[in-house]
Formats: sequence, structure tokens, C-alpha cells
Amino acid sequence: MSTNERIGVYICHCGSNIAQTVDCGALTEYAKTLPGVVVAKEYKYMCSDPGQDLIKKDVAENKLTRVVVSSCSPLMHEETFRTAVEDAGLNRFLFQMSNIREQVSWVHKDKVKATEKAKKLLRAAANRVLHQRPLERREVPVMPEVVVVGGGIAGIEAALRLADAGKKVHLVEKEPTIGGHMARFDKTFPTLDCAACILTPKMVSVGQHPNINLMVCSEVEEVSGYTGNFKVKVRKKATCVDNEKCVGCGVCWEKCPAKKISSEFEEGLANRTAIYIPFPQAVPKRPVIDRDNCIYFKTGKCKVCEKFCDRKAIDFEQKDEVVELTVGAVIAATGFETLDPRELPRYGYGRFDNVLSPLEFERMTNASGPTAGKVLLKDGTAPKSVAILHCIGSRDEKHLKHCSRVCCMYSLKFAHLVEEKTHAEITNFYIDIRAFGKGYEEFYHRLLKEGVTFVRGKAAEVTDVVEAPEEQGKLVVVAEDTLLGKVRRVPVDMVVLSTGLRARSDAGHMAHVLGISRSADGFFLERHPKLGPVDTPTEGIYLAGACQGPKDIPDSVAQGAAAAACALSLIVRGRVVLEPVTAEIDEKKCAGCKLCIANCPYSAIEYDEGKKVSVVIEALCKGCGTCVATCPSGAARQKNFEDAQISSEIVGILASM
Amino acid sequence: MRRYGYFPGCSLMVTNRAYSISATRVARELGVELAEVSDWNCCGATAYLALSEAKAFVMSARNLALAEAEGHDTLVAACSGCYVVLRKTGKYLDEKPAVRSRVTKALAAGDMTYNRTVKVRHLLDVLVNDCGEEGVRARVKKPLEGLKVAAYYGCQVGRPFGEADDPEFPVTMDRLMGWLGATTVDFPVRAACCGGLTMTTEPDLGMEMTGRILRVARERGADCIATACPLCQINLEAYQDKIGRKLGTDLRMPVVYFTQLMGRAFGLSSQEVMAQDSLTDVSAVLA
Repeated sequence: MSTNERIGVYICHCGSNIAQTVDCGALTEYAKTLPGVVVAKEYKYMCSDPGQDLIKKDVAENKLTRVVVSSCSPLMHEETFRTAVEDAGLNRFLFQMSNIREQVSWVHKDKVKATEKAKKLLRAAANRVLHQRPLERREVPVMPEVVVVGGGIAGIEAALRLADAGKKVHLVEKEPTIGGHMARFDKTFPTLDCAACILTPKMVSVGQHPNINLMVCSEVEEVSGYTGNFKVKVRKKATCVDNEKCVGCGVCWEKCPAKKISSEFEEGLANRTAIYIPFPQAVPKRPVIDRDNCIYFKTGKCKVCEKFCDRKAIDFEQKDEVVELTVGAVIAATGFETLDPRELPRYGYGRFDNVLSPLEFERMTNASGPTAGKVLLKDGTAPKSVAILHCIGSRDEKHLKHCSRVCCMYSLKFAHLVEEKTHAEITNFYIDIRAFGKGYEEFYHRLLKEGVTFVRGKAAEVTDVVEAPEEQGKLVVVAEDTLLGKVRRVPVDMVVLSTGLRARSDAGHMAHVLGISRSADGFFLERHPKLGPVDTPTEGIYLAGACQGPKDIPDSVAQGAAAAACALSLIVRGRVVLEPVTAEIDEKKCAGCKLCIANCPYSAIEYDEGKKVSVVIEALCKGCGTCVATCPSGAARQKNFEDAQISSEIVGILASM
Repeated sequence: MRRYGYFPGCSLMVTNRAYSISATRVARELGVELAEVSDWNCCGATAYLALSEAKAFVMSARNLALAEAEGHDTLVAACSGCYVVLRKTGKYLDEKPAVRSRVTKALAAGDMTYNRTVKVRHLLDVLVNDCGEEGVRARVKKPLEGLKVAAYYGCQVGRPFGEADDPEFPVTMDRLMGWLGATTVDFPVRAACCGGLTMTTEPDLGMEMTGRILRVARERGADCIATACPLCQINLEAYQDKIGRKLGTDLRMPVVYFTQLMGRAFGLSSQEVMAQDSLTDVSAVLA
């Protein structure tokens, strides 16, 4: 193939990452034989400044018109090299990258075969770049508001930071109150300050902040648009209470006759009424009616709350409301779930009275909880011995493969609280103590000094089978003590199962709504595990807290603030550049069949009645390519993914060497 | 009539024939034909797996190939040992190319091929989950009212594969006993190891393990133990007096196959469920 184009090819060693598996010298020599290539060079780190300067210099000196870099994944450095090409005076889309690290050197061992594969990938890129066209990027204004999804500590932190910066924030919470898991904790490790004491002031700030529009009992149903210009549909569920009229006086829930409803907030250890606030410090302090359990909704009679409400705030006819918000950025702070210990029946949860989940224990030790902070057995007496079983469901191939990070520390906290409140004998069964944070190891040592026993061995089961007289009437924890090399049986009165943290069961749905991905563990996927832990691959959508992976409170707060900073840096900029990789429809070829309109997932194509053709609305097009695949006449094409570009790439890979 | 390939395994031919005969019989009552694969051989368990994995896999795969050639997509094993080895062979053939090529070569030497289409399942899983509550209840003529059963699964029904039930705390047999009109006792050692072959190699250890299961069944007020594996059955029924003497306690307890209880509930005679083969006094249970 003859061409007037002048291509420069640059091969990156990536230190030894690529060079130890790919013969970069041979690859460079090969590059020189490809059509259009006038310069081919290898360099240790192409992404470094001197590496980029090589490109810039050659564009000027050798009058390059196209550039190819063989290095890592485009996800890593495509932007870097495109910018370098642009700085050199070429259009940034006259550049192509071939991935010889993730797709070659990191996954192959045989240097000869790896080099052959690298050659083919390079040939594909060099073929393709000849067909690429210059494209122009567009700038659009950024909407100045932000939606934060989830009102736990991470979402609260993000919302407050943004609001304090003078930005309007919509905080969307599914439950009737903000506060999330932290609102249910008693003390916090390692400092043992009371969770409510440090959290509720922040909750109150959220409730009162003029820049925060707090929407509880609300769920995000749809997110459309693009960075800087998202349309977010939020369903505000009917609570049957007019929050403008209500003052939270509490008469309604005192008078409500449906009193025996298991409280979600108290993990079922206490009851609530049908019209209720989850806990006394709830924000907003406005009750909601639980229609499934409300006597009026079940039988058509009652309305006691309405009779007693002198503010006339009860509205049984209230309907769900769908609100559409226009925002520049979205922060997902949707949190986590704890593993249900019923999934591991060998530990006896649900079968034995005094086997507790961690959240049950949190409520039990909480002064405002169901036992007013007393650690009690089902029969009302205090336990004389308590076992705390670490890693239940975590670091377990059959359940959660990951380490849930917080369990070691909350287990130590539990041990301290039991010791303080009951003086019971406490035994921790652990695999490793992972006390990774500031002051955490010190807290572990404090516990060792407090006389808490640590058995290095994961508990195998909790049983009531009696093997010795002292086991009579006890729960027996069986574990291999790996320091002793012996199986031990420890009879106790109470067992706390330190279950792991998992992605929420609706995380898949939320990821779909937000247009983001999840990692293998089910949590939301960050853009880069080290350098982009708050960003997502979707511009303008950020992550905060345990929705991205198990996190303790300080880390959740840090990420909440970081997400706010990311959102702020986007909206303060005021304008964003849109990638021009969108579809376009050639009106000469378009037959007006509208198939593309029916298939476009973003409603980004409209029909021009005058010209009788379909037209792409560029601002809405995400460049997914569905219309291109659908179009029967070949009128729809995708910029930078044109047929000639893709075919030439395929030929480059498949043709014999 | 539902038809499955059936792999009885060596134990069920003689020592534990009561299991196979009662299983085939109750399956027929449920409209299930357990079609014995012709010319089957050792599942590959016993000493082979410990000494030469490759040989064990080849032997095991031959059974899968025979079942496939006879048109079965499911091979039912009644013995938990056979179940685990056959199931493991299938998994390794799917996941380990080295095992697959070795086995393929060996089978080819005998003019056989195996295309990995056969799923190995345990008899308990098939009879409970495929026949279902309605199917089983419809066959019950003489409900086992008042009978308190210790449903004992042993280890290999659930471990390592644990596909049909929880590996550590299975409940399949408990559900079945409920359909038959019996009740099951709270039996925490349901999935504990019966001692397996340690009864012959490390008798003290074996007796401790088996003794514990018998003792807990008595403590929990069971009238009998129901098993789903010939080795569990033998360990639990054959050594009761010996272990009892060693531990200085009475451990006598009727031990029956779950299929025998099904048969009795379906109205089969005690001869038809082979009660005469029992080593324990099962007169109160299978009469």
C-alpha cells in the first residue's frame, strides 16, 4: 500500500515490564518495514517527559503526520500521548496505540511468540492510523449542582464539603433518615468515642444547610446525559406526612396502635410503630408511615395519627413524586451490607439464642438501644464468657474472598466493651489481626493488656454437643489453635459473629442506573486502583465510602471529602471538553427507516421530517455504536471507528507475517 | 418415567446391597428409573486416588464415558465416595487440560471417547430435588408418624462440592423425612465425618468419631439414624457394641438407609427394603 502519510512509531520498554518479554529492538526494526513508517524508535519510558519529547521532536523534524505508540493499555496513557501529539501540532486523533503490556508481556512467557504477537498488534495500529481522520472536540458548560446518592457518613461528608463551598447539593437517601450504618454503632474504634456524639452534629448540619436539598425515602431511578450535564430522576416515595407542616412533635408515633413492628434500625431487637422515626436523632425528624404495617392501609380503618396531629400533617393520599434534577456531577455513596450469618449455618446463628450478628451487638451495647447498653443473654442475665469469631464469611473462598478490613477492629472494640460492661471472660478466634490504621495496633495491645484471650485459629463451628461436663448448657466454639497445633473447644455463654462486609444486594442495579461497573467482589469499580480510587471510568461520576470496597469510618470520610473535591474541580471549571467519538448519519445514504431511533439506548437520534432522515444529537450520543450496527444502509457511522479503520486493523492482526 | 444413568459402586453390590435394592425400588415408585450403566468399573476411589491420580481419573472417566455412550446426561451415585470421585473427575476434565489430554489418550486406547456431557449427582439430591415434595408425598401410603430420625449426611454429600445443599449444615434429608411423616431431631453432627477408613487404619480415632455420632443421636432422642452412604452405614452399624464397650456406654441405635425409610413409607414390605440385611435391630423402624 502506498501512502503519502509519514508515520512515527515509538516502542516503550516500560522499564522491564515490556522489554523482558518482548524483543523491543526487533519490534522497532520491524516497524520500519511497515507502509508509511518513516521513523521507529524504542525508549525506556515513553510516558515520561523525555519520551513524549521524542514524539514532539520527530513531528517537527521528520514532518510526521501520524503517530503510533506501542506500550500499555490505552486506559492508562492514551490521553497522555494524544496530548503530546496535539502539543506537537497534529490533530490528537491522528494517533493510535497498541497495547503490548497488558495484552502481551504481562500475559505471555515465550519471548519469541510474544514478540510475534507484538508485531501483529503494532501492524494493526500502523494500518489503522493511516485511515484515521482529524476530529474536533467540543466544549460545553457544566451544571453547577451535584447529586450525592446515599446519606451515610461518606455521603454526609461529601454533601457538607460541597455545600460549604457554596454549591447546591441534592442528597438522596433511601431510608427515612440519614446516618447510615454509623448511626447504629455504639462506640468507634480505636478511640472509643461515641458514634452518635460525632455523627449527629454532622447530620444536623445536613438538615439545616441552606445549600443541601435533603431527599429521604428517595431513590435514584435514572441517570442520563454526560459529564457536567447529567439528568437525574429521583423518586420521592410517599411518606404520608407533609414535611412542611410536621414539626416532629411525636404525638403520632406515641398514639399509633400498631406497636409490634420489628424495628429495622434495632436489628429486630426492639419494636416500632407503623408511623415512626427510626431513632430519636433522625434527620429529618419527620415520621413516615410504613404502609405495609399501617392498620389504616391494611383494613381501611384507624387514622389515629391523623386525629391527634394538630398540624394536619398526615396525608394518606400522598403519592410518590418523581423529581428531575440537572447536575454537573454525581457522587455514589451507597454503602454496604453485612453478610447474613444465616449463610453459614455451622455457626448456629438463628439456631442458638445467644449467637449474635455484629449489628445486633452494636445495638445491644448502645445506651439508647434495646437493652439500654447492657450486654445480656436471652434470659436477661449477663454472660460470664463471650467468644468473638473473626473472619466469618470474609477471606473465605465460598463466601467473600476479600478481607472486609473493619472486622478485626470492630471485634477488638466489642471485646473491650464486653470486658468493660460485664467483666466476662472473652476469647477472640482470629486468623490474623489486621490492625492497619493509625492507632489500631496500639488498640490491639491495649486489649492484650486488658486480659482478653486471643486464639489464633478460625472457628470451625459453634455447637451444643457436649463432650465434657463444663460444656453442659454452653455454646462450644471449636477451632484449631494453630499456635498450639491442637483442636480446642471453648465453652461460652455468648458468641458474636464478626461477619464481613459485602456489596449491597442492589449494587448491580445501581451500577446499571449510574452507568458504572463493578469489580469481581461486587463493589463499584474505581477508575484506577491506586491513582483513581474516587473516580469511575464514567467522567463526572465519583465514588465515596464502602460502595467501592469495605472501609472504616476515617477512610469513608476521607473518600467522601475526596469525592467532593473531584466534583468541585469539575463544576468549578465551568466547561468540559466532550470527546468527539460519536455517531453521525450520512443524510445522502439514510433511507429514513428509523431503526436507529428505535435502538438508540440514549434517545440521541431524532427524525428530521423535512429532510426525511435520522439525525444524531451529538451532545447526547455516547458513541456506543448500536445505530451503526443497526443501520441497514450503512448511513450511520461511528467517528474514529469507521469500517475502513476497523477492517485495516483486523487485517493487521490476521494477515500472515 | 424419568431415566438416569446409575452407578452402584462396589459396596452396593454385596455388603451394602440393601441400599442399592431399596434405592432402585423406591425410585421406581417415584417414576424414576435408575438404569445401571453396563460394564462399569471401580469409581477410582480406594487406594488409586492416593497412589496414582492419573490412573484414578482414567478409571473414573471410563464410567462417565460409558454413561455418555448410553445416552445419559446424568449419572447418579448412591455412595458418597463414588459421588465425590466421579464428580471430581468431571470437574478436572472440564478445568484441567493436562488431565483431559491424559484421560482422552487413555480412553482412546480402548476405543472410547468422552465429551464431558455427563453431570454426576448424588442419589439423595436426585430423589429429593427432582421428585419434589408433591411427588414424594403423593407416594406415601404409611406415613412414618412418631418416628424420630437423626438425618445423617456424612461429609462427602456436601463437601467439597456442596452444590445441592449447604456443605456444612445440609437439610435435604430432613426435608425428605418430613414429607414421609417422620420428624428429625436437632442433629448438629449431621455432616461430621463418620471416621471413614480410619476404622481400619486408626481404630481408636475411628471409634471416637463414629462413637460421637451415635452418642449424639441417642442424646437427641432419635429412634434411628438414616444414612446416605455405604461407608457411613457400615461404620455406624457394625461397631456399636465395640465402641460402646470402649467408651463404657450403650450406643445401640438402629441405622438404616434413607431409601429404606422411604420404602416403608411408600408401603413396601420390610423384605422389599432389605431389612433382613441390617446389622442393627431395625424391627421397630422398618417393621
